[in-house]
Amino acid sequence: MQTHTFKPDLPPPALSVGVVGWLRANLFSSWFNSLLTLFAAYLVWLILPPLIQWAFINADWVGETRADCTSGGACWVFIQQRFGQFMYGFYPSELRWRVDLTLWLAIIGAAPLFIPQMVRKGLYGLAFLVVYPVVAYWLLHGGSFGLEVVPTSRWGGLMLTLVIAAVGIAGALPLGVLLALGRRSDMPAIRVICVTFIEFWRGVPLITVLFMSSVMLPLFLPEGMSFDKLMRALIGVILFQSAYIAEVVRGGLQAIPKGQYEAAAAMGLGYWRMMGLVILPQAMKLVIPGIVNTFISLFKDTSLVIIIGLFDLLNSIKQATTDPAWLGMATEGYVFAALVFWIFCFGMSRYSVHLERKLDTGHKR
Amino acid sequence: MSEAIKQPAVTDGMIQMQGVHKWYGQFHVLKDINLDVKQGERIVLCGPSGSGKSTTIRCLNRLEEHQQGRIVVDGTELTHDLKQIEAVRREVGMVFQHFNLFPHLTVLQNCTLAPMWVRKMPKRKAEEIAMHFLERVRIPEQANKYPGQLSGGQQQRVAIARALCMKPKVMLFDEPTSALDPEMVKEVLDTMIGLAEDGMTMLCVTHEMGFARTVANRVIFMDKGEIVEQNEPNAFFSNPQNERTKLFLSQIIH
Repeated sequence: MQTHTFKPDLPPPALSVGVVGWLRANLFSSWFNSLLTLFAAYLVWLILPPLIQWAFINADWVGETRADCTSGGACWVFIQQRFGQFMYGFYPSELRWRVDLTLWLAIIGAAPLFIPQMVRKGLYGLAFLVVYPVVAYWLLHGGSFGLEVVPTSRWGGLMLTLVIAAVGIAGALPLGVLLALGRRSDMPAIRVICVTFIEFWRGVPLITVLFMSSVMLPLFLPEGMSFDKLMRALIGVILFQSAYIAEVVRGGLQAIPKGQYEAAAAMGLGYWRMMGLVILPQAMKLVIPGIVNTFISLFKDTSLVIIIGLFDLLNSIKQATTDPAWLGMATEGYVFAALVFWIFCFGMSRYSVHLERKLDTGHKR
Repeated sequence: MSEAIKQPAVTDGMIQMQGVHKWYGQFHVLKDINLDVKQGERIVLCGPSGSGKSTTIRCLNRLEEHQQGRIVVDGTELTHDLKQIEAVRREVGMVFQHFNLFPHLTVLQNCTLAPMWVRKMPKRKAEEIAMHFLERVRIPEQANKYPGQLSGGQQQRVAIARALCMKPKVMLFDEPTSALDPEMVKEVLDTMIGLAEDGMTMLCVTHEMGFARTVANRVIFMDKGEIVEQNEPNAFFSNPQNERTKLFLSQIIH
């Protein structure tokens, strides 16, 4: 009988691995790519040194007034002096601990959800989602149990930005999922309602929605009845963004093979269990990039509340730059705003990458 | 596979289809299907593609809706009533051509999902039962893997175990081996033979004629949405009565 001898495994050619291999594959794989690499390097050389010079080397970091900025670079003193306003808006300074505590509670409360060994995670998460908003509202707004009332008109800065973004995300996601399910429902009435809702909110600009909620809505309400401006903005943001989320989620639902629905139905799962246990977990995983994309744009769109006179981070900074004592600090202010926005958006993006990896069960067919 | 298996007792009626018709739009897929299945009976449905055999068994758990006639499964009639449909589905297990395991759940979770959420079984008990059936299909060591990490044959055996975990009274197989690589067909068929030996009521759409000979009490030949001929396997294969059956058999048995 013949036996076949298999050839041994050989190492790959030296030029295709390591630093040299990486450079060749990624930066210099063709003459055109080499040209692009050199051009990009030239651009970096053109932009980066002056930027570093301005932002770090020639910058002024300590001081109290504009007069302390003498070296010609960035005047970070401005940011430092107005930091409190940028973070809290007009929230009374002696009560700012309440904002800090709210944030810490969010971090501490959510932390167990990121511990893999945690048991009954779902139950805890649900409890957190129910309890935390109540506590957060009580802490921020006050008005009972001995806490002084801080009306929402005094909220501002990064705190307001985070409140709008967090409430917007927490409200728009579940509503969007329901709308997506409704749009694919077998019941014509529900389908028509959902389609109309989605197409209406997708068809109007957010700025119009905010403007209407602030200016037009009070005209239609009966005399003497009014409700909080921030509340109206929040509802506007939730309804607007839920339409986008709905369309993203619908994309995911459509990507789930029919066989999954059939297998779930065949074992006797009803509609809600089939969706909740089998279809949505898969669909949501597929659309993480799209959902995070919507969240990031929602986060940045919060700055549109400037149109209805709410002082979010950007508006607080804009306000500060018009202060006669700090004229000419617009660049520093907007760079700071950009940096803060970027940190949050990049954070969300990284977290979504991490989630996608964690949830990948290698089932691509 | 050649020697006939032990024959468990065939007793009461389990499924009755009476004058069942179904249309897809204008297309008349099922024409006057009449079929009685007794408990413990093992039926193989065969026929050319598009003959309505898959549609027939998919009507039995209402994955497809019939428009005329009566279907009664284990004493419950299938109508528009969702409660009744779900009641039937609890008692009828189904195995699909493309396995349809839930890729986001482990093998064990796939098996415990329905017992826990439909039968309201405690998790520990459900896992115990799941491990029992995974051992029966001889892959208990894969329990904590995800379906995507298994071969086709293993996935199909998990799908069988998953259906069995609901302790169904009837098992439907919709071309369970058609999507498998040739070397994996036998492991799935062996599992099904084991099931038949235990007296499970089975309806199986398949082109595996060896399986039909060994396991079936009755072979049904369908064409163009009708039951053309049915008989016990020996007579069916050695002495087909209908012209259409003869042609079909000559085409699939080389």
